[in-house]
Amino acid sequence: MTPDAEFHQRDRSIHPPAYTPVYKTSGLRSPRIPLWSLQNSLSEVTGPMFTPEELGPLDNDLVLNYAKTGQPIGEQIIVHGHVLDGNGRPIRNTLVEVWQANAGGRYRHRNDTYIAPIDPNFGGCGRMLTDENGHYFFRTVKPGAYPFRNRVNSWRPAHIHYSVFGSGFAQRLITQMYFEGDPLIPHDSILATIPDRSAAERLVARLDLNASKPLECLAYRFDIVLRGRRQTLFENKLQGS
Amino acid sequence: MKPFDLSCLPETPSQTAGPYVHIGLMPAQAGFEIFANNFTGDIAGPNVKGERIVIEGRIFDGAGHVTKDVLIETWQANAAGRYNHPADRQEKTLDSSFRGWARTGTDFETGIYTIRTIKPGSVAGRRGRKAMAPHINFWIAARGINIGLATRLYFGDEEAANVEDPVLNIIEQPERRKTLIAPKSVRDGNTVYTFDIYLQGERETVFFDV
Repeated sequence: MTPDAEFHQRDRSIHPPAYTPVYKTSGLRSPRIPLWSLQNSLSEVTGPMFTPEELGPLDNDLVLNYAKTGQPIGEQIIVHGHVLDGNGRPIRNTLVEVWQANAGGRYRHRNDTYIAPIDPNFGGCGRMLTDENGHYFFRTVKPGAYPFRNRVNSWRPAHIHYSVFGSGFAQRLITQMYFEGDPLIPHDSILATIPDRSAAERLVARLDLNASKPLECLAYRFDIVLRGRRQTLFENKLQGS
Repeated sequence: MKPFDLSCLPETPSQTAGPYVHIGLMPAQAGFEIFANNFTGDIAGPNVKGERIVIEGRIFDGAGHVTKDVLIETWQANAAGRYNHPADRQEKTLDSSFRGWARTGTDFETGIYTIRTIKPGSVAGRRGRKAMAPHINFWIAARGINIGLATRLYFGDEEAANVEDPVLNIIEQPERRKTLIAPKSVRDGNTVYTFDIYLQGERETVFFDV
C-alpha cells in the first residue's frame, strides 16, 4: 500500500453523530449542516510524523512520570494493544497519547473540582510511539469513576482517553477506552452516543492475563483501528500485490 | 496481499475529547509540567523558511458564546507548498526544520487561540490536478464534540487563488465559502489572519467529511 493512497470513506454509522441529546453538551456544539464530502488530496493523505527523540524515557510510565515523593495510589495496570489500519496492517511509529483521572476519579486539571483528592504523585498523562508491529504499551494506575454534569446523577465509568494520529491527517482520532466488567458502562451517556452497540463494545478493553506481571500487576488489551487506504487499482501499476 | 482484498476492519469509534483534554495534549494549560518536550502552537522556528504569520480566532457555539476549552490542531505545507510527509512527491523544496503541525487550545479566560507559523505555498490538487490555493487544514475537538471536526483556513489576501480553488468551489453556496476565508490585518508589525469558527447557527463554518 503506497503512503499516498487515499483513505477509505469513513463509515459514519459506527461513530456518534454530532448531535446526541443523551449527552447534553453536544446540543450547542454540533454542526447542523451536513458535512461537505471532500475527495482526498495531498492535504488529507499526509499528516505529521514524530520521532522517538521527541519523547522522554518515562513518558509511557504514568506510575513514575510524575512521582514526587513516592508512587501514586491505586491499582497498577499495564495497558497495551496494536494500532492497525482498516486493512489489518500495523501502523508503525505513530503517536499515541493518553490521559486519565487518578484512582479516586480526580483529574489534575485546574477546572476539575471533584471532591476526590489530587494525588501528588500522579500527573495522569502519557505518550508513546508504536513499534514496527504497531504495538504500544504503557503502565498506569486504574482510574476511578466520577460524576459529571449531564443528568442529575450521571457518572462516568472508569476510562482512559486516547489520541491517535495514524499516517495521514484524515486518520486523526480521539476516543476513550473502558474496562471490561465495569457496572457503569451500560449507564454511561458518553458511550451511549455511539448508536451501534457492537461498535461501542470495541471500546471496552479486555483483561489480558497473559500480559500481566505475576505478583505485580494486571494487564488490559485495547486494539485501535484507524481508517485503511484504498488500493490504487488501474492507476500507474497495481499496488500492494 | 491479494489484490482484491479491500476488506476492512471497522474503525475504532470516536468519543468526545472531554473537558480535560489539556491534561494529555497540553499539560501546561491544564496547570502542570510533566514532559521535557511539549507540542505547541508556535511552529515557526528560527530556521524555518517563509513569511511569519499569526493565526488567531475564537470558536463560537450555537448560542453565540465563545468556547474556552477547545483543542485546535493544524496541518500545512511549507512555504514552497510541500508537505513534510513521504506521500508528498511534488518536486518542491522540503524544509526539514518544518513539520507543519501545530497544536493549541482556546484560552480559558478569553477563548482566543493563537498559532504562530509560516504562510504555506500552493499545493497540487487531487492527483496532481489543478493547484489548490494556499490553505491550512484545521482539526478541532472538545467537550460536546463527539467526533473531531475538519475544516480549512484560506487566506483573505489570496483572492485570485481562492476563486480558482477546487475545494472552495465544490461548496455550492458562495456565502458559505466565506466561512473559510481569514481576513488579514497587521498588528504590532505582525501579519495576523483572523479565523473564527462557528460550530452551529446562521454563520456555521463549513466542515468537511474528508
